[in-house]
Amino acid sequence: MTERLYGARGWTILGAGAVVAFVLFPVFNLAVPAGHPLHLSNFWVTLAGKILSYAIVAVALDLVWGYAGILSLGHGLFFALGGYAMGMYLMRQIGREGQYQSELPDFMVFLDWKEFPWHWWMSEHFWWAALLVVLVPGLLAFVFGFFAFRSRVKGVYFSIITQALTFAAMLLFFRNNTGFGGNNGFTDFKRILGLPITTPGTRMALFALTAAVLIATLLLARWVVTSKFGRVLTAIRDAEQRVMFCGYDPVHYKLAVFTASAVLCGIAGALYVPQVGIINPSEMSPANSIEIAIWVAVGGRGTLAGAVLGAGLVNAAKSYFTVLFPEYWLYFLGLIFIIVTLFMPRGVLGAMSGRVARR
Amino acid sequence: MMAARPAEVSLAHGVVLYLNGISVSFDGFKALNNLSLAIDAGELRCVIGPNGAGKTTMMDVITGKTRPDEGSVFFNQTVDLARLSEAQIAHAGIGRKFQKPTIFEPLTVFENLELAMKADKRVRTTLRAKLGAEERGRIEATMRLVRLEREPARIAGLLSHGEKQWLEIGMLLMQEPKLLLLDEPVAGMSDEESERTAELFLSLAGQHSLVVVEHDMAFIESIARKVTVLHEGSVIAEGPMNQVKNDPRVIEVYLGR
Repeated sequence: MTERLYGARGWTILGAGAVVAFVLFPVFNLAVPAGHPLHLSNFWVTLAGKILSYAIVAVALDLVWGYAGILSLGHGLFFALGGYAMGMYLMRQIGREGQYQSELPDFMVFLDWKEFPWHWWMSEHFWWAALLVVLVPGLLAFVFGFFAFRSRVKGVYFSIITQALTFAAMLLFFRNNTGFGGNNGFTDFKRILGLPITTPGTRMALFALTAAVLIATLLLARWVVTSKFGRVLTAIRDAEQRVMFCGYDPVHYKLAVFTASAVLCGIAGALYVPQVGIINPSEMSPANSIEIAIWVAVGGRGTLAGAVLGAGLVNAAKSYFTVLFPEYWLYFLGLIFIIVTLFMPRGVLGAMSGRVARR
Repeated sequence: MMAARPAEVSLAHGVVLYLNGISVSFDGFKALNNLSLAIDAGELRCVIGPNGAGKTTMMDVITGKTRPDEGSVFFNQTVDLARLSEAQIAHAGIGRKFQKPTIFEPLTVFENLELAMKADKRVRTTLRAKLGAEERGRIEATMRLVRLEREPARIAGLLSHGEKQWLEIGMLLMQEPKLLLLDEPVAGMSDEESERTAELFLSLAGQHSLVVVEHDMAFIESIARKVTVLHEGSVIAEGPMNQVKNDPRVIEVYLGR
């Protein structure tokens, strides 16, 4: 039963993916010279890195939605918070090379601020940023989840309040006074850990790190869902009352998985921002979080691998469509969602395997 | 009140469950009206009554799903159930079977019993939990008891209705409860399955206390020692089956129609 989760084919694909990410990508991007037909351009490396960080978010959502049955439509917020925590550090790394050649980021000079607001304390340290990447989304998810789960908010009501949460955060981050650069957010990063951020070497390192985190996430998630804890989560999804009358407190279980999921999203956001070079409040828009749920639904809920597949397929389609017919992308996304819901209720992975995927 | 009856403190013959003057209203409708009931340790008690008599609400109160507006519920003479959550009540030793079989359908028979098994059910221990040989043995013993030993790897959702009922009973037994609350345990069972269920319940009485709510009078007669009749949220009769059957009020509200 539990061995079936990835299966021999799944492990093979995971291994092949690791070879592509850790061997082929570096070779074709760094060793093969530019201009050679086999050269892999930085554009593709960044695009792939971006999609892999989305895949981490998708796996994180699959843990709470696919297994515990909690449909969060606010996971974009945790992703963005991790991104902002990393973004603050990257802003500090710009140093005096901004437009105004000040210690302060340009947007603060523009607002005529004379010093850093309190929440930028320590933001010049990488370790502090790394800590915030984990703690801020984790703490928010814990506190929010505590009240929501304790009050037994479920199903569509939970989904709606998570939408409201991310929307409220977006409005907060849009304000210039919040101190996160308003609607422009953070951009124009120059360095990370003192290294220039746009060189092929740094890009490749970030990409490989993202791939490593995705693999680690898949292994961790597999361990979680194949443990007894994972079976309790499935049980909560299907018969919460019985779980309670068996003596488990569902609140603790939901809180644990929801918080862990938010932390994973924060880490994904922190990997995403240095690669795409920008973070702004639009990442917190309610539609973004809904899109994450669509990735998981398209790939196949409750399979982990499906989440990665869904994030890859939808984002590849998005990259393609937004270049060719930018104004039709949202219609197309809606169409994919309807088709998948009607004809592939277990997602692409479920339709492909035709059987198994019972979890 | 307990102190006034010191003779009953001994666990062997004591009262395992004591409901005292319970009232519950839903939007003005009195589901339970000053209900008092005592279940002895090891007793097999049947509770009957027409629809809406408050049988399920009574179980909800005992298991913490519904809080009483008035009155008190004591378990094992000292545990005040009105203060505990559903999970804590389950831990204290009360197992409940629902009217509609409530099992974990996508999990296997074995896994269903594993999850129900008495254990430390906090998140941290559950993450690392490993099944030992002794625990496997207990699960297998329960599977034999509920006659599902031949299909441990069967997905529970694919069992027949009667088998699901049995699995749920097996899950209750895995919790090693002192008190089992069984809401219509033979609904949807064949005659033969009902008979076997009756045997099972009779064999459990003594080690466990059982409260059985049923509509199937034949089943009740096959197991009943002491019967409580509920009507409009209160007890209207209590005693051996023969006596209750001939009670004019019981005939009027329930049996005689």
